[in-house]
Amino acid sequence: MDQPVTQISGSARPRLPRGVRLTHNEAQGGWLLLAPERIFKADAISAEILKRCTGEVTLDTIVDDLARAFAAPRERIHADVVKLLGSLADKKLLEL
Amino acid sequence: MAAPDSLPAPLGLLAELTHRCPLGCPYCSNPLALDKRDDELDAAAWARVFREAAALGVLQVHLSGGEPAARRDLAEIVKAAREAGLYSNLITSAVGLTAQTLAALSEAGLDHVQISIQDSDEASADHIAGYKGAWARKHAAAGEVARLGLPLTINMVVHRANIGRIEPMVELALSLGASRAEIAHVQYYGWALKNRAALMPTREQVDIAVRQVELLRARHHGHIVIDAVVPDYYARFPKPCVGGWGRRSLNVTPAGKVLPCHAAEVIPGLEFWSVRQHSLLDIWQASPAFMAFRGTDWMKEPCRSCDRREQDFGGCRCQAFLIAGDARAADPICHLSPHHALVVQMAEARAEVGYSYRSL
Repeated sequence: MDQPVTQISGSARPRLPRGVRLTHNEAQGGWLLLAPERIFKADAISAEILKRCTGEVTLDTIVDDLARAFAAPRERIHADVVKLLGSLADKKLLEL
Repeated sequence: MAAPDSLPAPLGLLAELTHRCPLGCPYCSNPLALDKRDDELDAAAWARVFREAAALGVLQVHLSGGEPAARRDLAEIVKAAREAGLYSNLITSAVGLTAQTLAALSEAGLDHVQISIQDSDEASADHIAGYKGAWARKHAAAGEVARLGLPLTINMVVHRANIGRIEPMVELALSLGASRAEIAHVQYYGWALKNRAALMPTREQVDIAVRQVELLRARHHGHIVIDAVVPDYYARFPKPCVGGWGRRSLNVTPAGKVLPCHAAEVIPGLEFWSVRQHSLLDIWQASPAFMAFRGTDWMKEPCRSCDRREQDFGGCRCQAFLIAGDARAADPICHLSPHHALVVQMAEARAEVGYSYRSL
């Protein structure tokens, strides 16, 4: 995946805009992000990130929370989160 | 109940709520023989279809037509889609779609609106639609969609009369507040096939248009997503039509017949089942039309031994029938098809003739 164009600051409060929904479907085998005319499979990590994009918490809080929940280095989580969210923002699938 | 593991789970359902439409676009993909109002499924039947679709794995329902706004019970239908857990997408000409209806649809949980525009030039747009005032009405409706905060796609069907105006059409989509634009070159089925000679662009026009889309994508990256449906008459390989027959999607006609794709009724001898007599699960699993070209066993050469058989699934069955006269043949768009020369000839057969407008 190319590096996203959109840069996200630690104080941004990412949220899924209207028309973009995270859903779970057994027949399709897990988590999916539904958007206009497109469907993205979300792996377990992506789903955990997206569930936290409510517009209420900051990027920093999301990263701290995930680093704690998965007992993983903060820098690595941060890199994963900004890459996923940046690429979604590039596609107009995330509001900052 | 979901489909057994051996069968793929469909992702999308195209719900043709009605064939009625105030516009007469000559590239309409509807069949030449349109379903009548009296035969249309009612809202309760659609609600059942949506529940069965969701259980089968369907995630998105595309509410289409004809013009879906011609139905008085559209909000009820949208609500039923939402209650079934489906993502709902309204595919509309926006003519006849009032501010009041839009507010009701938004309230009912509609997820996304796609409005078609015929051209960036008003007079040309109304001429193509065969409806004076269509362009102005579409603008008003798009403004209302933006005001309600509903995500908007502007769909532009591209053909010889407007292919030189892709750039202003994308600018128009941006000014209407769209987050997505769809540049769809005409696909030649239904009314479009009837009007092929009047609609077909030249290869040079198509090449310029494809480059134009690339430039516009780069210029507007992060502001609007531009998706393009490529013009297959000038392609080397066929499109993976509907993502493979009976693999990813279903189409329900206004009267309730379930088709693997919207054009499938042109293929003679296929037996379609109706939601009036069967559950969607039964139809997906066992209806003769869905079984006919599922997988790769039905294929002939050159598809049967082709490396791309699981990639493009032999292309489009309808096009194979319409051009090669055999629904099991390779889609003649493919340069490996023994009938490919016919496609080249057809693309050359352009004529400056008036449109045959879609009508009941």
